[in-house]
Amino acid sequence: MSRLGDIAVKVRSKNAGPFWLTVDIFCGTPEVFAQVCASVTSMRVASLFKADPSVVDRYEMASLNVLKLSLPRPATQGTRQDRDMHGASFAALVAELDV
Amino acid sequence: MVKVLIPSGALGLGYDRAALARGIGEKPDIIAIDGGSTDSGPHYLGTGTSKYARGSTKAEWRELMQARAEAGVPLIIGTAGTCGADSAVDWLVEITREIAAETGMQLKLAVLKSGQRPDAMIDALGQGKITPLKPAPEISEEVLASCSNIVALAGAEQIQAALDTGADIVIAGRTTDTAIISALPLARGCHAGGVWHGAKIGECGALATTAPNSGTILIEFDETGFTITPMGAEARATPHTVSAHMLYENSNPDILYEPGGHLDVSRSNYKALDGRRVRVTGSEWVVSDRYTVKLEGARLAGFQTVSLVTVRDPRYVANIRAWCDDIVKKATEKARARVGEGFEIDLRLIGLDATLGDLDTAAKVGTEVGVLGMVTAPTEALSREVAKVLNPYLLHHPLTEEEEMPTFAFPFSPPEVNRGAVYEFCLNHVLELDNPMDAFALSVEELGA
Repeated sequence: MSRLGDIAVKVRSKNAGPFWLTVDIFCGTPEVFAQVCASVTSMRVASLFKADPSVVDRYEMASLNVLKLSLPRPATQGTRQDRDMHGASFAALVAELDV
Repeated sequence: MVKVLIPSGALGLGYDRAALARGIGEKPDIIAIDGGSTDSGPHYLGTGTSKYARGSTKAEWRELMQARAEAGVPLIIGTAGTCGADSAVDWLVEITREIAAETGMQLKLAVLKSGQRPDAMIDALGQGKITPLKPAPEISEEVLASCSNIVALAGAEQIQAALDTGADIVIAGRTTDTAIISALPLARGCHAGGVWHGAKIGECGALATTAPNSGTILIEFDETGFTITPMGAEARATPHTVSAHMLYENSNPDILYEPGGHLDVSRSNYKALDGRRVRVTGSEWVVSDRYTVKLEGARLAGFQTVSLVTVRDPRYVANIRAWCDDIVKKATEKARARVGEGFEIDLRLIGLDATLGDLDTAAKVGTEVGVLGMVTAPTEALSREVAKVLNPYLLHHPLTEEEEMPTFAFPFSPPEVNRGAVYEFCLNHVLELDNPMDAFALSVEELGA
């Protein structure tokens, strides 16, 4: 068992507008990409964000060895409940997943 | 063929001057730069102001105006003043007039405004012309009326109208990031899929290359696609850097919605022309049956006063959550009894889970914790008053009744800082238009005449 952040080249999260968060997992090789796609299920990611799995959009991009996950922001950007204006720190949460 | 020179991802971010000079040497047909986005938060649209210093903006804009004069081609900026509200456009127009006067430049300036009147939006809502995107906050006449600024994102059509005036400089309010790049090549008949795709790749400047900080890139559009050439000496575009850029700040990596249609890059082909240039073909533009523009709105969400205290005592650090919970409870009760209702007290534990809150699965304390107190209230006076009720607790609150009164570390006096009005984004909707110019206002003025 390893942590996603240790086997991926990079895990990045950013706002995609004020209402969406998008997470890009750059896997580097087809082998890691296959392992990550099998292990990082949309269900696991939804649970990480305490979100409904049906709202997680998933894009497996084999040509780039990238798994991309997009979901509504845990709190809309800049509201009183929001803790991270640019949404980049959510990547740490995903990188800590066991794969 | 149409060459678009993009100096950097946004005015105010800076760029490599040698790269810009090299770009001017390539004889571009237009220079296009973005002026902002929603990414810095709702304050800017809420107040209609710019994030960047006026001095920095003026210094960079002056250089671009001089580069434009040298190249003898139009210069266009979209989403002027960070948010693209009318007041932010006026701010940049004023800076432009100053520069023209100081340098003796003579030029024609076109100004495209994107601001929407709340009453016009209420009418549009009543006519069913405003529809929600996913996920959209609930809206009503009250929500629209309460917005301090509503802007519509202009597309290529409105930018083309501004260019058609023969302007040397176009200052546009809120636009899509891509429209300022796509407008001219579309008007000259370049391949629509290639144009929108190249515009998306180019909108962040050199971010789609191996040297993001070099800023400047050149995109050449033609009948079948586009070619990206970085202008930084060390920068290289590769099929990977270019195709990966579609991921950036974009929820769907294959599709990009724009006024009048959408871009589909799922069948695009990326080819390295050499070590630093990439050619892209096969991108598709799909025309929509309705012409819609996206709306952004921000409104007042209260007033905030924040306090900061740091806690170093090991027993308090070990029990910091219980300490904070007790403070919130007691301070809330006291403030309700003494100063008023309708406020919220939130304590964020810096050094524990301030960034991720209850989503954090790895939070653990170190030797100290910073406690950021945030009071949000319907009036500025109440937010200050509640923060002053909170203050003695942050300074002296004991974990148990029996112990001697502790004292914690305030880094400054007074410990509370008034943040003033706070805003929230309240629209994620599109507005249907019969004519693209219906929601936009175009004017022209001669400077230095």
